[in-house]
Amino acid sequence: MDYVIEMLNIRKEFPGIVANDNITLQVEKGEIHALLGENGAGKSTLMNVLFGLYQPERGEIRVRGEKVNINNPNVANELGIGMVHQHFMLVDTFTVTENIILGSEPKKAGKVDIKKAEKEVQELSERYGLNVDPRAKIRDISVGMEQRVEILKTLYRGAEILIFDEPTAVLTPQEIKELIEIMKSLVKEGKSIILITHKLKEIMEVCDRCTVIRKGEGIGTVDVSETNPTELASLMVGREVNFSTEKTPATPKETYLSVQDLRVKDWRGVEMVKGLNLDVRAGEIVGLAGVDGNGQTELIEAITGLKKSESGSIKLHDKVITNLTPRKVTESGVSHIPQDRHKYGLVLDFPIGENMVLQSYYQEPFAKKGVMNFKNIYKKAQELIEEYDVRTPDAYTKARALSGGNQQKAIIGREVDRSPDLIIAAQPTRGLDVGAIEFIHKKLIEERDKGRAVLLLSFELDEIMNLSDRIAVMFDGQIIAEVKPEETNEQDLGLLMAGNKSQKAGEQ
Amino acid sequence: MLFSNKVVNILIPIISVLLGLLAGAIIMLFFGYNPVAGYAALWNGAFSDIYFFGETIRQVTPYILSGLAVAFALRTGLLNIGVEGQVFVGWLASVWVGVAFDLPMIIHLPMAVIAAALAGAFWGFIPGILKAKLGVHEVIVTIMMNYIALYISNAIVRNVITDGEDRTENIADSASLGADWIAQLTFFSRLHYGILIALFMAVVMWFILNKTTTGFELRSVGFNPHASNYSGMNVKKNIVLAMVISGAFAGLAGAMEGLGTFGYMNVKSGFTNIGFDGIAVALLGANTALGVVLAAFLFGTLKIGALNMPTEAGVPTELVEIVIALIIFFVASSYIIRWVFLRMKKEGK
Repeated sequence: MDYVIEMLNIRKEFPGIVANDNITLQVEKGEIHALLGENGAGKSTLMNVLFGLYQPERGEIRVRGEKVNINNPNVANELGIGMVHQHFMLVDTFTVTENIILGSEPKKAGKVDIKKAEKEVQELSERYGLNVDPRAKIRDISVGMEQRVEILKTLYRGAEILIFDEPTAVLTPQEIKELIEIMKSLVKEGKSIILITHKLKEIMEVCDRCTVIRKGEGIGTVDVSETNPTELASLMVGREVNFSTEKTPATPKETYLSVQDLRVKDWRGVEMVKGLNLDVRAGEIVGLAGVDGNGQTELIEAITGLKKSESGSIKLHDKVITNLTPRKVTESGVSHIPQDRHKYGLVLDFPIGENMVLQSYYQEPFAKKGVMNFKNIYKKAQELIEEYDVRTPDAYTKARALSGGNQQKAIIGREVDRSPDLIIAAQPTRGLDVGAIEFIHKKLIEERDKGRAVLLLSFELDEIMNLSDRIAVMFDGQIIAEVKPEETNEQDLGLLMAGNKSQKAGEQ
Repeated sequence: MLFSNKVVNILIPIISVLLGLLAGAIIMLFFGYNPVAGYAALWNGAFSDIYFFGETIRQVTPYILSGLAVAFALRTGLLNIGVEGQVFVGWLASVWVGVAFDLPMIIHLPMAVIAAALAGAFWGFIPGILKAKLGVHEVIVTIMMNYIALYISNAIVRNVITDGEDRTENIADSASLGADWIAQLTFFSRLHYGILIALFMAVVMWFILNKTTTGFELRSVGFNPHASNYSGMNVKKNIVLAMVISGAFAGLAGAMEGLGTFGYMNVKSGFTNIGFDGIAVALLGANTALGVVLAAFLFGTLKIGALNMPTEAGVPTELVEIVIALIIFFVASSYIIRWVFLRMKKEGK
C-alpha cells in the first residue's frame, strides 16, 4: 500500500496526562482521511506532532515511506505538509497575496516581486477553483474567503498533504458546501487531505476513510463507505449514542418565570425586545427558536440582570426581578449557562476549581467573614468534576487548558448544582461533540424532571425540536408563535422564524 | 520533569539578575574598569558595615511599598503608572500632619501614616473612578496625575505649609518613624521603623489578594470583567477599589520618606523615581508580595552599594543604573530564558 503519511504508534505525554497513546494514522495518496474524536480526545495534539510543534515520546512518522524527524514546522513545510488552522493567521490590512507570500516572498532586485506573486496566486486559485481575488484586503473579505486564503498559503508553499483543523466550525452552510467542492478538487489534483472533525455528516459526505481516536487512544480506521453515522458515533464515544434524546412528556406546574410587555434596547440604543410576553413553568423546557439577532440575546441579558430593560416586568414566582443586579437575580434562584463561555462563563486564567464557585465564592462554606476557604472550594470542585465528568488533570488546572466540552460541562455543573428554580441555557452545546451534547441534554431533562423551569435558547433546530416541551418562536423582538414540537416540523418552524405570520395563524 | 513551571518562574528573575550583573561586568571590562573590584565595592558599599547596611534597608523600604502598589494594580488588570504621584501626595500629607500637630506619639504617628495612605488612595481613586465611569484609560490619567502631584506638592510646600520657603520644618518627633537606638546602632544611618510597616504591608497585600473574597473579585475582574459581571461582581466598584488600594500602598511609600528618611518635604525639581522604580521592582518580583520584597532588597542594595563604587573602585555610579536596566531587560525578555529552559527540557529526556 502506498501511504503518503504514516504515523505509527504515536505517544505524547503532557504533565499529568497522556494526550496520545499508541495512535496509528496512515493516509493514502489522494484520499480525504478523517480524524474523528471528541473534544479533547487528542486530535489536535496528534496533528501538532505531525506538524512539528510537539515531539512524540514514542512512535515514528514516515512521509512517503521514509522515516522522518519533524522537529519544527519548517521541516513539515519542506516535507509538503501544510496546515489550515481553525483560527486564521492572517494580517488584516494586507492583501490576499501579501498574506500568502508572507515569509517566502519572491524577490527581484531586492524588492518584493508582488506582480509575479499575484500571478502565481491567481493561477493557483483558478486551478483549484478557489475564486479568490489576489488584490483584495483581508479585512474586506468573508470568513469563507479567509479560509481559502489559508488554503492557498499552504498550496503556495508546495503542500502535498493538507491538514484541515475543524474547517467548517466557522462557516455558513453555503460556505461549507463550497469548501467540500474545493476539497474534492484538491484531491483530484493529487493532494491528500487530513480532515480533523467531530461532525459525522461531513465525514460521510467527503471522506474516504476515517481514523477514530478516543480519550487519546487510537481506536481504528474504517472505510467510510462501509459504515454509518451511528457506528462512527459509538466508535468515537465508546458506547451507543442516541441522536434523539429520550424523555417522558413534561408535567408542567405553576408558572416560574413570567415576562410581561418587556422592552430592551441593545448597546446602540436600538430596541431589540419589543413588548415581549413569555411564561416558563416549573417542569418544562421552553425552547426559544429564532434567527440570531431577533432580540434573543437581549431578552436573556435582561432576565439575568446583565442589561437594563426599558419597560415591562420580569417576575420569578411572584417576585419582581426587573432590573435587579446579576447577583440579586442569581440569588433569587436563576442559573445562566451563557452563550459565550469564554467571555462570560469562565475566568480562563483561574483554576477550574475556582471557576466552580464563581457566583457563590462569598457564601458559606466557601468564605466566612470575607476570608476564602479554599479547602471547601476545592472539595466542592472535586465533587462537581467527578459528577459532571469534567476531564482535567486536576481542579488546580487553569480553565484555559481544558477542552471546550469540558469547560462547558464545568459551567453546567456549576449552574445546575446551585439548585436554581430557573435555568437559562443559551446555546449550551455550541461547538461540542456528540458525547458532550448527549450528556448536556440528559442533564437538562433531568433538571426539568426535578421540577425546574428551563429556558433554552438555541440556533440548532434539531436541539430545539429534541429538547423542548414547548417552542416559542422569536421574531423581531416578540414571541410570534408558540408551538409544540410534536405538532410541527423544521419547515414550518423555519417559516415562523422568518416572520411568516400567516403560518402562525395556521398553527393556532 | 526536570523543571516544573513554578521552578522556572522562580529561576527566571534569578537568571535575569545574574545575566544583568554579567553584562555589567563586560561593560566595565570594555571601559577599562576592573569588574571584580567594582562589584566588591558594590558589595562593601551595601553590607560592609552596619551604617551601610542601615542605609540599604532604608532604601529598600519605599521600594517595597511602591513595588507592592504597582504589583497590586497589575494583579487586578490595571497599569498604575501613577505610583510616583501617589508617593508625592503621601509624602506631603504625612509631613503636613507631622508639622501641623503636636500630639502624643501613639496618636500622631499613626495619624501621619494613615494620612499618607489616604492621600495616595485618593490620588488612585481619581483615575479609578474615571476608568470605571467614563472608560478613560488609567495609564493616561495616572501619568498626568504624576505631574499634578509634583507641582501641587511644590506649591503647597512653598505657599501653604511654609511662607515661601523651599522646605518644610522638620516634623515633630512624635510623628517620626526614626528611633534613637536604631540611629546609634547603625552609626547614624537614616534607618527607621518603616521597614516593619513595609514588610507588614507585603503580608497585607498577599492576604487581600489570595485569601479574601475581595481579592478573589479583584483578580477575577482583572482577568475577565465580562465573566465577573456575569457572576454578580460589581466590576466598576472593583476597578475603583483596586486603584484605591494600590494608591494607598504608594502613599505609604511617600510616608517612609516623609516620616522616616527625611523628616520634611522640600520643593522638588523633578520626580523621586521611587514610583517608577516600583514598576521595575514589581516586574522583577513577578507581582507577588514575596517577590516584590526580594526585588526591592536587590534594588536597594544596588542603589546604595553603587555609591561606594566611584570611591573604592573608580567605577562611575551610572554603571549601576546600566546594570539595573539590563536586569530589567532580561526579566522583560524572559521569553528567551523560558525558551532555553524548554530546549533543555526536551534534550533532558
